[in-house]
Amino acid sequence: MKVGVIVFPGSNCDRDMHHVLTDVFNLNAEFFWHEKNLPQDIDAVVLPGGFSYGDRLRAGVIAAHSPIISDVKKLAEKGIPILGVCNGFQILVESGLLPGVLLKNESLNFMCEWTNLIVNNNQTPFTNKLELNQKIPIPIANGEGRYFVDDESLNELKKNNQIVFSYENKVNGSVSQIAGVCNSDGNVVGMMPHPERAAEKAINQIDHKPSSLIFESLIETVGMKN
Amino acid sequence: MSFQEHEKQHIEKNVKRKLTDTELQILAAEWSEHCSYKSSKKHLRMLPTTGPNVIVEKGYDSGVLDVGDGFVVTVHIESHNHPSAVEPFGGAATGVGGVIRDILSAGTRPIALFDGLRFGNIENDAHARWLFKNAVSGIADYGNCLGIPTIGGEVEFDDCYKNYALVDVAAVGFGKKSKLIKNHANVDDLVLLIGGSTGRDGVGGSQFASDALEGEDRSAVQIPDPFIEKLIIEAILECRDANCINAMKDLGGGGLSCAISETAESLGIGIELDVKNVHLRESDLSPDEIMISESQERMLIISDPNNLSKIKEICDKFRIQCSVIGTVKEDKMMHVKNGDETIALLPADFVARGPLVDRKKSKPEYLLKLPSFPSSKNEMPFSAILLKLLSSPNIASKHWVFRQYDHEVGIRTVIKPGFDGSVLRLDNGKFLSVKIDGNPKHCYIDPRQGAIGCFEEACRNVVCTGATPIGMVDHLQFGNPEDPEIFWTFMESIEGITDFAKFLDVPCVGGKVSFYNETSEGPIKPTPLIGVLGLIETSPLLPTPPSNDDVILLVGETKDELGGSEYYEYIHNFIGGVAPKVDFSESKKNMKSVLSLISKNLIKSVHDCSKGGLAIGISELCIFGKIGCKIDLKSSLSYEKMLFSESHSRYILVANKNNLDTIKSILSDDQCSFSEIGIFSGDQIIFESGSNQILELRVDKAENNYLNSLGKIIQNG
Repeated sequence: MKVGVIVFPGSNCDRDMHHVLTDVFNLNAEFFWHEKNLPQDIDAVVLPGGFSYGDRLRAGVIAAHSPIISDVKKLAEKGIPILGVCNGFQILVESGLLPGVLLKNESLNFMCEWTNLIVNNNQTPFTNKLELNQKIPIPIANGEGRYFVDDESLNELKKNNQIVFSYENKVNGSVSQIAGVCNSDGNVVGMMPHPERAAEKAINQIDHKPSSLIFESLIETVGMKN
Repeated sequence: MSFQEHEKQHIEKNVKRKLTDTELQILAAEWSEHCSYKSSKKHLRMLPTTGPNVIVEKGYDSGVLDVGDGFVVTVHIESHNHPSAVEPFGGAATGVGGVIRDILSAGTRPIALFDGLRFGNIENDAHARWLFKNAVSGIADYGNCLGIPTIGGEVEFDDCYKNYALVDVAAVGFGKKSKLIKNHANVDDLVLLIGGSTGRDGVGGSQFASDALEGEDRSAVQIPDPFIEKLIIEAILECRDANCINAMKDLGGGGLSCAISETAESLGIGIELDVKNVHLRESDLSPDEIMISESQERMLIISDPNNLSKIKEICDKFRIQCSVIGTVKEDKMMHVKNGDETIALLPADFVARGPLVDRKKSKPEYLLKLPSFPSSKNEMPFSAILLKLLSSPNIASKHWVFRQYDHEVGIRTVIKPGFDGSVLRLDNGKFLSVKIDGNPKHCYIDPRQGAIGCFEEACRNVVCTGATPIGMVDHLQFGNPEDPEIFWTFMESIEGITDFAKFLDVPCVGGKVSFYNETSEGPIKPTPLIGVLGLIETSPLLPTPPSNDDVILLVGETKDELGGSEYYEYIHNFIGGVAPKVDFSESKKNMKSVLSLISKNLIKSVHDCSKGGLAIGISELCIFGKIGCKIDLKSSLSYEKMLFSESHSRYILVANKNNLDTIKSILSDDQCSFSEIGIFSGDQIIFESGSNQILELRVDKAENNYLNSLGKIIQNG
């Protein structure tokens, strides 16, 4: 199975994600520059974190118009698992693949710290090995991570079970403490925290297993399909 | 722009004609203190620069250390003081950018940043708070965008930095030894300028930095663009992998003038360039402005003509500009043309090697007048003093600062900011520990011992993580070197650092000197900053919170050395007394013994004992473990000295009771001075001496003051 890691100008967690996919979880991961095409037989796509286009205008908004996004949209429609982390989540939101927007944190500052996530939906390709309400210790690192949707859309998200992760505590002022959502089909997932920074025992004193399950869920999903 | 008499004579002697305006501009930039090191260069040669791990190549802007298995670590340190004092966001951000390009120049990927920040008194000075807040934002904005973690540093406040700012940035790079750029050039090679366009920002920046800060010359401050820098990093590393780079240099102070002359000089070549080929931000830039603009995010590359198409292809991929501005010649001349017209033609070594000067030195008057101890006796109870010290901006947790820095990107950060040394994992299974330290309060009272102390403290911090120091960088910051008293403090510092480096066998692999750090209020205190790199072969000692019944040992001797301590200065508002002095043999013994205890897995954690003394070191451990302690002070020194003296070479060891006897016997065998001082238990920090209670403070109260003080000061103003 093959996982594509998309690289935009200014992506900076691309190599971290690639390292974790390949060296920790033994997946076949490959970088794709944003002007390249994605092969249609790819099994999963990850949009990593960073500062695509230097966060100019608004985080993720320029990258959302990259040529490769049209391929991502096609794959999304086919039901291929797609994960956006941090800036990747912002790009998915800006490209319309996921609902809502990401605003400046309530503190108005960049925030780099560890927090706990709660799993709200364990039916997605990236959460199926997690328990409902399971806690995931994980770091955030963003300036524009405050998730926002209006009340009507929030009700819609809740009704469709599209809230995938929420913060255990108030972190940045997100609506309903939302940290990650999925599309209505559940195959496109975006999250602000960084699972690739938390899934490796070698660099963490904090329990790495819950974050590992995000990657193991993907292996479970794609493995079953193949 | 003006030359001094000896410089005019040097010009007349070497160039038998009238210089063109462009030549004058080039020489003024290159011969500024900032670029030429004219006051310090002779003296910097005393520092030991070689060692088993050091790799020396022509034209490197960063130090290179071999860490085994075919890998190298690079390191460099820079400051951006004048710009940051005028425009803190842009000044601090471009400081980060500059040092990163020095790492890149060697052909290594930047993997970590450290910053040392110094400002005036933020508790009562709104301008100092403004400078501090914006410098932190500038660093965060730049480093975060690049995806290079800022994993450590220090922040200090002192009245001597009123209306000023010291922003020091150190960067570490990592790469394969085989991919290091071996700077060389052949005749007819192309000279390329890659990256950002050249504009009017930063024109004359190096001269601006070579004078006392009087006006706010904003045009001399460079404008940051981290996105372009990120693209340059990736493009340059791709060019490196494609073997397209013969030689490379970052454009920093002095802009093109400096980069061209120094590259030509170090490689023994001539360079002919046409300013018309430089890609510009503003079309009406004059040739002189093009030559001395310090616009950021630019790299100079020398490459074989056959590689040009490949380099262009890579630059196109990243949408960054690449101009062929000149060619390599045999004549060792720096030849600048504006189309067909020659506007400067000088020997490269004449430009690059500005005439050095001998500065006079004399011991400062103030040192003879420093009082020995405060005139009034201490009236405050020690518990209240400790509580107040914990909230001192110099001691309180810097969490407010480093949470704004992405310190985890790159997934190498094993020990994060907020502990002693920061630790990065390397690709060969080893770990790199890094710490930067400065202490202007000690250095003001005793410039020599203060500088040695900064060096020793940085070593102690990496030792606390289990690392052996393998190299250091120094950044020496002083006022006007033309003042003999200031020059004396510079000489004391560099001699002290040299002595200790030779004694420890830790080579100096890079550094910088920054003079003219003064405002209308006067010069700053001597502020040498030392960064130490340590290597851990197997695994680092991870910070583990102390728990109930863990024993506490103090290695090293506490001495009557309250001079320059946070206790004297923050509590008593007193400057004077005897500053701590490093006992070289005690220092080496203690480092060695602590490292051997760590390698034998006998201790749970080690904490450096420094600013605020033993009382603060112990409190920090209690706050980390959310647990109290009971310490018994047995000493002939007074309680205030035992609690707050900042004597060097001291380590607080935390260990399981069962290991106590083994630890003691190893320390005794190594002839270290140590004492078992107490245990962790309860919820109070207790210091006593026999049956006398000296101090009692609830851990949660201590924690509240320690963790929240800095944030509160910022929020309130």
